[in-house]
Amino acid sequence: MIALPDLGVSLGASLRREWLLAFRNRGDIANPAIFFLTIVVFVPLGISPDDKVLATLAPGMIWIVALLATLLSLDRLFQSDYDDGSLEQMIVSGQPLYGLVLCKVLVHWLITGLPLILLAPVLGVMMSLPEAGYVPLLISLFLGTGTLSLIGAIGAALTVALRRGGLLLSLIVMPLYVPVLIFGSSAVRYAIEGFAIGGVLAVLGALLAGALLLAPLAAAGALRVGINQ
Amino acid sequence: MASWQWFHRLGSPRWFYEKTESWVPWLAVFAIWMIVTGCIWGLAFTPPDAKQGNSFRILYIHAPTSMLAMSGYYLMAISGAVGLIWRMKLAFMVMKSAAAIGAMLTFLGLFTGAVWGKPTWGTWWEWDARITSMLVLFFLYLGIIALQEAYRDQDAADKTSAILALVGTVNIPIIYKSVDWWYTLHQPATFKIMEKSTIAPSMAYPFVWMILAFYVTFAWLLIMRTRVEILKRERRTTWVQELARD
Repeated sequence: MIALPDLGVSLGASLRREWLLAFRNRGDIANPAIFFLTIVVFVPLGISPDDKVLATLAPGMIWIVALLATLLSLDRLFQSDYDDGSLEQMIVSGQPLYGLVLCKVLVHWLITGLPLILLAPVLGVMMSLPEAGYVPLLISLFLGTGTLSLIGAIGAALTVALRRGGLLLSLIVMPLYVPVLIFGSSAVRYAIEGFAIGGVLAVLGALLAGALLLAPLAAAGALRVGINQ
Repeated sequence: MASWQWFHRLGSPRWFYEKTESWVPWLAVFAIWMIVTGCIWGLAFTPPDAKQGNSFRILYIHAPTSMLAMSGYYLMAISGAVGLIWRMKLAFMVMKSAAAIGAMLTFLGLFTGAVWGKPTWGTWWEWDARITSMLVLFFLYLGIIALQEAYRDQDAADKTSAILALVGTVNIPIIYKSVDWWYTLHQPATFKIMEKSTIAPSMAYPFVWMILAFYVTFAWLLIMRTRVEILKRERRTTWVQELARD
């Protein structure tokens, strides 16, 4: 019997692999960010370019679009690995699936969540977000998009064996996103209205911690069901 | 182990089907009797509400459906967990039946709420915390049903929707709390849904009666649907084919 490589080694290797794969499909990296940008452009076009209207919409709108951008990028999370069989190899490799899922989600967040966060201030300017909202927007997105990716991974794993799972994935994940959206956008709104936001950010952090702990477990379970298809 | 025998026997769809055969007519009569008497009691013999007049009477349908929508979800999730842990086919069938009934009840709860809201608050829809939570619960149900329909393979459909139901169970308290918090943040409390403590006994007795009636009806519908599901899935087995021949 061949001894399994160390957990650290295997996690490092899978992180490296995910990272390389992500970078070799460079086109996919920009897509969520471009989507994010175009939808925000649609808001003044569709509703009103008036500063005051935009300022009231800004916190919620930026959060909703961030959520949609994450959602749309999710169906690729496990799909290609499922199609070419490497997912099956990962599962039979004997390494904890929990860690592998976590690596995948981490890289997914780095190439979709992080660009959104970095782009958010620009969108804030376009949506005439009041000045007090910028830092809370960045912090809340930083804490919240991780949770979005983690919960989304459950949905992606549940639909991995389906040919056209995209819309279904959104359908099953959306209700689970409700708390993140509520606390994320209220953090920004609270800051604009001059209230303390420590508590709201703490809740977002708690959601992230809970998702980190539980979401990979559920996703791993779902992937095990998926590869038997 | 002898003490676990009943549990394993429960896992056999055939045993369940044959056992419930004799229960169903009794349960049906009992459920219909309870609903009918509860309706007559609630609609005809309770005094009208001091503020809402007669429109409050929809409470006798609205509140039990909403309560059962919630307990139905937990029943569904628990049977999903039982199915995943003990690989019990019957549990998945119960889960699927509970999902359909639960979604129906949630819709009924939302619908009767809207009908009640119109004369009471002057609007069909209000972004109230409870209404919003119910709507989210409805979406959770729809997601589970959609996932179940999406898979051709029964085993995968059962297991994935059970996982989703469990994920939902962890999330429901968080969703409810966050919606509650969101509501108190954004809107002043303009109205209060009937408080338990202020309800007069003459209104409360038919109310409790109707809740029990809905639980019995739920049990009846669940058993009926599960029986249909058993026949559908076991149609290739000899015992179902013998049953069909008779």
